[in-house]
Amino acid sequence: MNGDVPLHYQDALIEGILRQVRTVAMVGASANWVRPSNFVMKYMQGKGFRIIPINPGQAGSEILGEACYANLADVPDPIDMVDIFRGSEAAGGIVDEVIPMAADKGIQVIWMQLGVRNDDAAARAEAAGLTVVMDRCPKIEYGRLFGELSWSGVNSGVISSKRRKVG
Amino acid sequence: MADDKSPDRRNAPYEFGFETRTIHAGARPDPITGARSTPIYQTTSYVFDDVDHAADLFNLQTFGFIYSRLTNPTVSVLEERLANLENGRAAVCASSGHAAQFLAFFTLLSPGDEFVASKNLYGGSITQFGISFKRLGWTCHFADPADPENFRKAITPKTKAIFIEVLANPGGVVVDLEAVSAIAKDAGIPLIIDNTLATPYLCRPFEWGADLIVHSTTKFLSGHGTSLGGAIIESGKFDWSQNDAFPTMTEPDPAYHGLTFAETFGDFGFTMKARAVGLRDFGPCMSPQNAFYTITGLETLHLRMDRHVENAQAVAAFLDGDDRVAWVSYAGLPSSPYHDLAKKYLPKGAGSVFTCGLKGGYEAGVKLVENVNLFSHLANVGDTRSLILHPASTTHRQLTDEQRDAAGAGADVIRLSIGIETADDLIHDLDQGLSAI
Repeated sequence: MNGDVPLHYQDALIEGILRQVRTVAMVGASANWVRPSNFVMKYMQGKGFRIIPINPGQAGSEILGEACYANLADVPDPIDMVDIFRGSEAAGGIVDEVIPMAADKGIQVIWMQLGVRNDDAAARAEAAGLTVVMDRCPKIEYGRLFGELSWSGVNSGVISSKRRKVG
Repeated sequence: MADDKSPDRRNAPYEFGFETRTIHAGARPDPITGARSTPIYQTTSYVFDDVDHAADLFNLQTFGFIYSRLTNPTVSVLEERLANLENGRAAVCASSGHAAQFLAFFTLLSPGDEFVASKNLYGGSITQFGISFKRLGWTCHFADPADPENFRKAITPKTKAIFIEVLANPGGVVVDLEAVSAIAKDAGIPLIIDNTLATPYLCRPFEWGADLIVHSTTKFLSGHGTSLGGAIIESGKFDWSQNDAFPTMTEPDPAYHGLTFAETFGDFGFTMKARAVGLRDFGPCMSPQNAFYTITGLETLHLRMDRHVENAQAVAAFLDGDDRVAWVSYAGLPSSPYHDLAKKYLPKGAGSVFTCGLKGGYEAGVKLVENVNLFSHLANVGDTRSLILHPASTTHRQLTDEQRDAAGAGADVIRLSIGIETADDLIHDLDQGLSAI
């Protein structure tokens, strides 16, 4: 399913996505506040993103103040990005769900969480004109590129003589 | 950018050189003032935006500063720089190298757990591991690193880590890192390297399969004998969930409202746990002032290490050819049994800390350290100044004769830390010191 080649994304691409995208549908969002998906959702909300949780088990209730939907098709509002908090195999099915609705919903980006990678699905999405990021966490990438992750001693890999941008 | 929509996942990003990173990694100009040097944030605490922000910070749901026992903006620049120089994922600083070791093992071990350490370690580590850790229920088994298989033999079902100094203090011993790393991988346990004497300029343990690195930043990294400090660096590549040996990483942590660190923070989970639990509950944090001195020192690491190594090679060659000296244990000498390992793991030089044995034994050792005028008689290494010590009468005094010999610190042993003065002056000082015996 996946090549052995490590994934590399230019910082400019990731930063561009995080600056442009405002509404994110998070597939696999958990209502349990100690789960990683809930952490990411809360952090991204704090940075001004609207996160729409997708979780069949929680459909009809709210997670962190947002109505939860059973699937992407049920979301009534436009979506800029789909963030997949599911396994690599399941990610393929979700990508196939996104591709036909992308134009209608306004979806431009499919993001797969840290540890989630499906090269075949990514190729299908890119052929359909979508931008794909895999095996990354938007919270970690946001923190890395806007300096916050460095506060916890994490190697951002950023070398620059320019002032840090404040996110 | 034109290529924003066409990510080329196969093109690796540009890699900056080590020298550039010693100066720039982790330190961008201050976002508000533009201050180019890293400011010393001499503050204990940080205001919250509101109660929700405070709650998010305490719950680790967002990144930010609460209290300088956990994080401080000056210290975090040093942490990122060290993580970067070791090609690691993340780092956490501590008040000393010993504190860093304590935090690393506290994060890994539960009472009843064991680890295996090389018997060739800094004497203080032998005491910390062998005696003080025992009182916490952590058992260290020491192994002779001359044969890496000795580590395999010492592993039991309770063993949670292997710990070595690649370039060992004080004996000029180089351990076969790649071989020990393979043994740790077979056992599914992390290999922890004390990289203090080599520094990332001379040796990059993660490239040989190590999983965690600890440093006493007091030594070559800070470099000027001004500031105590320690650090733990995490490679980000160890899979804590490969077995059930690391519940402190993979099970909900009662010390943090049921958070599972490996799952929530992924490849920097160990660093987060060492900080959020270890530093929080035991408190051995680095001060911002010491972090500032260490950051400043690091900026010349590459220049200093080249001169340290050049001088050490010259002094070792002098002592090796002197008939008042019985032996010299410097892996940079072709006669050293560790020379080939040094060439492999320390291609830019075998460091500048080594030992020699005096034909006059214990008495001659005491006299030499008292007779020198340029070498400073003290218990430290990795200063710009050259340092001399007779371990048997000082740092290794609390060990038994057997332990002293095992650690390469017998009665006749002199430990030298060669500084960056004029090499001829160092040789002259040792020559006159030896003549006065």
